[in-house]
Amino acid sequence: MSKINFLKPDKSNLNTFLYLGSFLFFISVLDVLVNSFFSFNITGFLPGFLSFLLPLILGFIGLYFIRIELSGIKQLDLLNKNINTNNFNAILSLLIIFIILKSIPPILSWFFVDASFAGDSKDVCTGTGACWTYIKVWMRRFMYGMYPNGEQWRINLSFIALALLGSVGYFATDKFKKYLTLYYVVIYPFIAFLFIFFFISGGPVFFDFSYGIIAAILSIIIGFFIPSKFKFYYFLIVPFALYILLKYFIFFEEYIELGKLDGLNWVETGAWGGLSLTFIISFFCLIFCFPIGMAFALGRRSGFPLIRYISIGFIEFWRGVPLITVLFMSAVMFPMFLPADFFIDKLVRCIIAISLFEAAYVAEVIRGGLQALPRGQYEAAKSLGMGYWRMHIFVILPQALKLVIPGIANTFLALVKDTPLIFVVGLLEIVGMLNLAKTNPEWLGFAMEGYVFAAIIFWIICYAMSKYSYNLEEKYKTDR
Amino acid sequence: MNFKLKDIGPQLMTVLAVVLVFGFFTYNAQVNMENRGIDFGYGFLSQESSFDVQFSLIEYDGSHSYFRAYLVGLLNTILVSVIGIILATILGVIVGIARLSPNYLINKFAAFYVEFFRNIPLLLQIFFWYFAALRALPLPQDADAMFGIAFLTIKGLYVPAFIWQNFNIFFYSIIAAIIAITVIRIQAKKLQETQGKQTPVLLISIGLILILPLLSFLIGGVRLSFEVPVLKQLATTSFIYEGGVSLPPELIALALSLSLYTATFIAECVRAGIQGVGKGQKEAAASIGLTPNQVLKLVVMPQALRIIIPPTTNQYLNLTKNSSLAAAIAYPDLVLVFAGTALMQTGKAIEIVSITMFTYLSLSISISILMNWYNKKIAITEK
Repeated sequence: MSKINFLKPDKSNLNTFLYLGSFLFFISVLDVLVNSFFSFNITGFLPGFLSFLLPLILGFIGLYFIRIELSGIKQLDLLNKNINTNNFNAILSLLIIFIILKSIPPILSWFFVDASFAGDSKDVCTGTGACWTYIKVWMRRFMYGMYPNGEQWRINLSFIALALLGSVGYFATDKFKKYLTLYYVVIYPFIAFLFIFFFISGGPVFFDFSYGIIAAILSIIIGFFIPSKFKFYYFLIVPFALYILLKYFIFFEEYIELGKLDGLNWVETGAWGGLSLTFIISFFCLIFCFPIGMAFALGRRSGFPLIRYISIGFIEFWRGVPLITVLFMSAVMFPMFLPADFFIDKLVRCIIAISLFEAAYVAEVIRGGLQALPRGQYEAAKSLGMGYWRMHIFVILPQALKLVIPGIANTFLALVKDTPLIFVVGLLEIVGMLNLAKTNPEWLGFAMEGYVFAAIIFWIICYAMSKYSYNLEEKYKTDR
Repeated sequence: MNFKLKDIGPQLMTVLAVVLVFGFFTYNAQVNMENRGIDFGYGFLSQESSFDVQFSLIEYDGSHSYFRAYLVGLLNTILVSVIGIILATILGVIVGIARLSPNYLINKFAAFYVEFFRNIPLLLQIFFWYFAALRALPLPQDADAMFGIAFLTIKGLYVPAFIWQNFNIFFYSIIAAIIAITVIRIQAKKLQETQGKQTPVLLISIGLILILPLLSFLIGGVRLSFEVPVLKQLATTSFIYEGGVSLPPELIALALSLSLYTATFIAECVRAGIQGVGKGQKEAAASIGLTPNQVLKLVVMPQALRIIIPPTTNQYLNLTKNSSLAAAIAYPDLVLVFAGTALMQTGKAIEIVSITMFTYLSLSISISILMNWYNKKIAITEK
């Protein structure tokens, strides 16, 4: 009986097997550890093949020995349950432990130990590790593209202003809470547009920026005295009307031409680039693609056959073609469709193309939410005497959108990840700038550092977005 | 028929708006083309293309027509998509199952893989593999042989070529095996339904698919030999491999990044599908005496596949569309060859971009029609 028991660890001979197994497991891990960190092979005296496989064999035997069910030791049971349920799992666990141990030293040495951080020329990068000096020297280009160094405060200021204005929702008191939707749907995009297109461009359109800001502030102040019934229409119309009034009737162009007023330097959109361009494009496409997508989602569910077919055609068309061909179209085909003297900026064309493209995906996601709602919701809303718009705005859409938060977040993530494609039309955001810097004759051979740097940035952005969407999902979760 | 203004009004306005926009575009396009002296038409497709393509599956050089250049691009797109789809499916299914493993390490490792690769833009990954990782490979003369027959170098992967004799006999034998297996499966199902007898279908299938081709070697006179690539010196420092099949580094980088990226999404689909099968289903199946293998095969998988297949097909479509990023690293796919080089040479922007878009569009629409049909077929019919 004891002979059979020898190969079958159980509780009765717990101590023997526990010590033996832990020892073997420990030896196998130690072997790989020493091998990878100090490049010294403990089992070097054995033939090569055996020496290579020995840690795996030892570890496997060790894990087999300590696989004792209901041992009474809490940690051991936990270990067995999590990584050591059967032979197959034991081997997989061992392999993963070994891969991690093997890959840590090269990664560490490339990132930190052998890397060069100091200096500002290529000469300091002599080690085998990464050359972070390259990133340091090119940092401004990676962040701002070809935007002149002296003017970059404008981008910073715009982003800070937009971030502050965007965070208004967190500080709003209950009295102002009901205007938040209005603010985020109309006022905020308006101001953002002013900041990004006029303030960052500078030059003559800087005055448009000032008019716009004045118009926005004036309309908000007057807005408090407007009865809340008309507030929505008021904010939809008045800021734009004020802006046009200011631009064409109050401040005449002559003032500017006379030199009485002097704006900021003009920076054309071709010079924009780097990470800031990634943000700009993602931001606008996010703002634009959502309402367009919502409209087409409603259109696809509409009772009017013609509207439904047009929506289906739109959605299926954009979903069927790759983004790169859409951008090709915006670059080479779209100018043919416009009057000869009519010119749309390259960046604007890009933003329109990406917005329409992503809108189709948003539409499908929202349609999913609309379909998931029980019919009772529609019927209940109708029985209260609500019309189509009232029913959708107050009953259907709030519930449907809540359902599809993860889907919308995925679409937005895809959008951010698609922005590098604008290299097709010659705009260089961060990945494009990396490719440009890589071909600079003074800095050849640092492609790896650049891509790792950009990958880390994108990873942080996307991961943060997905975690945020998860939080939103939890926050708005309601049991039905 | 009762015409109500309330119903007709919005539709009419929408149609009018669409027609106006399209009319505006068409009018402008006509005017612009007249001004620039371009004529509209697809006649250029039969003209001589006079440009060369680095890598093509069919015979092609500058003397062939633009239409043949289009075919070359299309075939290259299909090649990289098929390779990507196969690799992504294998990897995705493994990772998706690993995500459900009770083993903590495997679970976290799979989760790390998914979170890592899907949060980095695909284009960046393609650039990374092509410009950074594959550039670190050895030159042809320094490359070590993998298993003595394949060479992974900075100029691409060189693998032995198969040289067949009497290939059609081999091909027919495989087809015969497939037909035989289908017949046996149908018979086995009938037998199971009528008499409750089970036939070892899997064993018979494996046997058939092995034995019939083997017979074709023994009796049919099929011969297979390998042509191993050999290093050849062109100049003092310039070497290439001759013979065998060479896969360009662009193809490797593209297929690798596409499959690594798409596999993360497929893994999530697989995980969601398996998790979507209720626990009660497994317990019920076990309680009527099915073995764990039967539970998986007869109860869990059919239900999980119903959830897994539609989103996975979507991912396949995404992969095919994403393969157009090939243009960034000069892999001669449809977009680069046709919408790039051919467009540059002919200047036929509208025609070429529309053909390219139409190709992708017909591809995705045909697949989505197929998917809708499949969905309808497998949907649970509730009473």
